[in-house]
Formats: sequence, C-alpha cells, structure tokens
Amino acid sequence: MMNPRKLIAKTPLHLTILLFAAIWIIPTLGLLITSLRDPASIAGSGWWTVFPKLFSGGQYSLENYVGVIFTEGLGRSFLNSLFISVPATAISTFIASFAAFGFAWMRFHGRTILFMLLVGLMVVPLQMTFIPILPIYAKLKLAGTFPGIWLAHTAYGLPLTTYLVHNFMAGIPKDLFDSASIDGASPLMTFWRIVIPISVPALASVFIFQFLWIWNDLLVALIYLSAKPDVAPLTLTIANLVTNRGQDWELLTAAAFVSMALPLFVFFSLQRYFVRGILAGSVKG
Amino acid sequence: MEDGTAERERPQRVVRSLGTAFGRLVLKTGRAVYGWLRSIRWRSWAFVAPALVLIIFFLVYPTVMTVVRSFFGRTTSMFGAPYVGLENWHYVFTNDVMLTALRNNALWAVLFTICTTGFGLVLAVMLDRVKYEKIAKSIIFIPAAISFVGASVVWKFVYAYRPASLNQVGILNGLVVALGGEPVGWLLQRPWLNNILLIVVGIWMWTGFCMVILSAAYKNIPKQLLEAARIDGANEWRVFRNVILPLLAPTASVVATTMIVQVLKVFDIVYVMTNGNYSTEVIANRMYKEAFNYFNYGRASAIAVVLLILIVPFMILNIRRFAAQERGR
Repeated sequence: MMNPRKLIAKTPLHLTILLFAAIWIIPTLGLLITSLRDPASIAGSGWWTVFPKLFSGGQYSLENYVGVIFTEGLGRSFLNSLFISVPATAISTFIASFAAFGFAWMRFHGRTILFMLLVGLMVVPLQMTFIPILPIYAKLKLAGTFPGIWLAHTAYGLPLTTYLVHNFMAGIPKDLFDSASIDGASPLMTFWRIVIPISVPALASVFIFQFLWIWNDLLVALIYLSAKPDVAPLTLTIANLVTNRGQDWELLTAAAFVSMALPLFVFFSLQRYFVRGILAGSVKG
Repeated sequence: MEDGTAERERPQRVVRSLGTAFGRLVLKTGRAVYGWLRSIRWRSWAFVAPALVLIIFFLVYPTVMTVVRSFFGRTTSMFGAPYVGLENWHYVFTNDVMLTALRNNALWAVLFTICTTGFGLVLAVMLDRVKYEKIAKSIIFIPAAISFVGASVVWKFVYAYRPASLNQVGILNGLVVALGGEPVGWLLQRPWLNNILLIVVGIWMWTGFCMVILSAAYKNIPKQLLEAARIDGANEWRVFRNVILPLLAPTASVVATTMIVQVLKVFDIVYVMTNGNYSTEVIANRMYKEAFNYFNYGRASAIAVVLLILIVPFMILNIRRFAAQERGR
C-alpha cells in the first residue's frame, strides 16, 4: 500500500494526466456515440446527454453506417482505399529494401552523395512535384488510375522507407556477409537468403508505417485522383462530404469512424511494430 | 596556279588531319567510356536503380521544373507560358492572402512545435511515474494513427455551433452554455482564436508521436543519475530542470525539427475544416487553390518554392546529422 502522504504528493500528477487523457479521448468518444444515434436525436441534443442512460438500449443503431456505406458510396471508397494502400505499400517496401541493401552493403561511386540526396529529399514538400508531373500523367493516361497513384505513393515514400530499412540493414554484422561471400553467394542470393529474412521485423514496421501513411493521405489522392470519384479513397470522399453535407453529423461521424476503423485496428493489434517504426525514424541510428 | 592548288589543298589537309585527330579523340573517348563502363559496378547499381529512377522522376526533376516554372506566367496548359520574371514572386510577398498565409504558417510553426514537443516531453516524464502508463500512452497516441481528415471531422464536431435558441451539439459550446455563456462560432473567430483552434487539432494528433520518442529516450537515462540528484537534496523540479532536460535535449531537438518540417507543410486540417476562409489560410492550401482551382501554375509554383525555401534549412540540418551519424559508425 502507498502511504497517504505520498498519495497526496502525487495527486497533481494524476490529475494532470487525467486532464490530458480526457482531452485526448472525449472528442473521439463523442464521434463514436454520435455515429450510433439517430439523426433526430443528434440534431436535438448533445451527445453527452446519453450519459445518464448510457447503456439503455434503443437509442443506438447502425443505421447511419448502413447509410454512409451503401448510399453515400463509402463502401466503394473503403475498397478503393485498400486497393490503393496495399499494392502501393508492397511495391515501395520491395523497392526500398533493394535500395537500402545497395546503399548499406554495396560499393559504388557516388554512394554517399546519393544517400545524402535521399536524406534531403525526405522533407521536400510534395507541392514542389505536382505541377510538372500532372501533364506527363495526362499524356501517359495515368491520371485517375490506380497504377498512377501506386507509382506516385511509392516514389514519395521511397526516401523515408529506404532510409529506415537502411538504418536497420547497416546494423547487420559484417561477418555474416563475409562468410556468405566465401561460400560463393552472389549479392542477390545474400540479399534474398540472409538479409531479407533477418530484416523481417524492420520491414514489418516500415510496411505498417507506410500503409497507414497512404491510407490516411488526402493530398496525393486529391491531386492524382480527384477527377474520378469512382476511384476516390475514403479521405477524399469524406473531405467532399464535409464540403457538401457539412451539417449532416449522422453521416460525417459515421463516415469518419469508417475511415478510422482500420487504422485503429492496425494500431491496437500491431502497436509494437508501429512504435518501433516511429523510433527508427528519429535520426539517432 | 600551283599556289592556287596548294591553297585549295590546304583546307583538305587541315580537314584530313582534323579528321584523324577527331578519330583519335573518338577512339580515346570510346576507350575511356568503355573503361568507365567496365569500372561501374553494375550489380551494385542494379539494387538502387529502381529507387533512383522513381525518385528522379517524381521528386528531383519536378522540383527543378517547379523552380523554373515560378518565373513564368499563367496558362491553362502546362507549357508555353510567357516569361514574367519576378511577377509571381512579387505576388507571393505582397498579396494580402499570401501574407495572411505566411503569418499563419509562422503561428502554426511556433505554437504547434512548442506544444507537441513540450507536452510530449512532460507526458514522457510524468507517465513513467504512474502504474497505468501503458494505457495512458495508448490514449494519447491513438490520434497519430488516424487521418487528418478523420481528425478534422472529430474536431469540427467539437467546435460545432448552433444558434442559442437550439440545443448545442458541439461539446465546446455545450460547455460554454452549461456555464451560462452564449454559444460561439469558434471557427469564425478571426484572426487568432480560429487559427489556434485549428492548431489544437494538429497538436492533438502529433503529441503522441513526440511522447513515444521522448519516452524511449527518457527510459534510456540511467535511473541512478536521478537518484543521485535526489539524494543530493534536489527537488523534483530541479531534477527535471538540471538532469532530465539536458539529457533529453538532443532527442527533443530532433523531435522539434521533425515537427517544424511537418507543420510547415500543413494542409489537410485547413483544407477540410475551413478551406482557408476566415483568415485561416496556410501556404500549402494557397498553393493548391492557385494551381487546381485557378489554374495559375506560375503563381502556384512560386508558392511551392516558398515552402521549399522554408524547409531547406531543416533539410541541411538533417543531412548534417546524418553525416555525423555516419562518421560515428
């Protein structure tokens, strides 16, 4: 048991943390509760009025979700989001792991300079790239297509993903490579048979990180897909909903929660990898 | 006559000797190129080539072109715009909306960076002292996993406003009314309050990120160090100020740099919540409007370059840090 004096001394600490936790959780809680109420009660009273009878049935339903998924086209957008994020993440992780290995363990002229360029490009604003690329995309008929946005996301993500995987691969003990090359393994074999299996945890972190980044992206989708609503991801559809149906909270809250469901699931089930990815990203090796 | 033929032949001779010289040059260059080609480690390049091609096409080439484009005028087509010199640049630094955007970006940069890094630091240290650390951390960290669009809807609902005659649905106005006040149209309170309320959304999203990194760094500090200071009679504040803070400073500076780079590019929150109306414009949203609503690619390019210029110092800082880290390997 804690002695009372210590408990009193720690009260401000607990209260501060409680305040933070409240501010961090109440907005999302309000969104969740509202998304489950019927439109008339949403417009008639604040969501916090459910608290006195929080668990009494009859006041919640999934009707708003049915509405946004089937009539507002959010179901289609959910699939679009998946169909954009999964291949784009897979392609970029694949290409990044090759490049990371090249930069970490192969010798060639200009390696250091190129890698520094890569580090520099990590922070280049994407706004610098849209205007020259769009006409090329139009000519190649890539605008408004899935392959077009896969390529764009892959390229935009490459500096950071390559950097993260490189940080991990550069830490692999050199002896492993020496014994492999004595055994006559080519770099490609060393890469496939030794480096990739060792790097699985790091690759998983990068994959999750990149996946969430693409899933949550609005800007790139806005630029390369905006003309075509049938390929729009969740973020784009919801942004349009906010513009066109800004006061229909039963739609907006349910829609927002649909877009948050997968990231939250990923976050709670794979938190370990997610956090590891973030830690690897802070420039400290 | 003879002189004449000689005169006529001389150019031919010159041409012939030039020809041989040229031939030799070609041979020599050929050999050099061949030697160079042989010396290139193709197998090494093969690993990095796909990434390099994509990066050059999607990042390097367009960045150069955008800088060039910023000196050309408006056209609906991408090319063939007239050269206008510094006209776009004049616009960028004198137009009222752009000045508002620059001012707001500065406000975002200061407030967002200080609060995310500061709260992250305080939470990292505080949560280490309680038993429910894990769950509290999860709560603070959750917003980092969702999209800016999702977060914008969450907070637009928090700030929702309805006339005083109706029941409030946004919790902030619900609170104000419960305390006996008049409901406020929060996002219309220009120029400061609405901007600050937008920044709050950003802080809510990114504090968890800062906390996770700073917490990892904090847990690496040997606890004997803190104990030693306490035994020497230092109170908790002085332990924090004189021991913890200096030890966490390098990590905090990395975190703060990351935050500044993020916040200079802020777009989604503003685009979704106010679209830059009511004096909440920011650089990235202005760039989007100029390019994709008004099709003024020259101006949009200049605005994008402003963003790049603001970020370049941090780019250099990152490269320096990386170089130092490489030397340390």
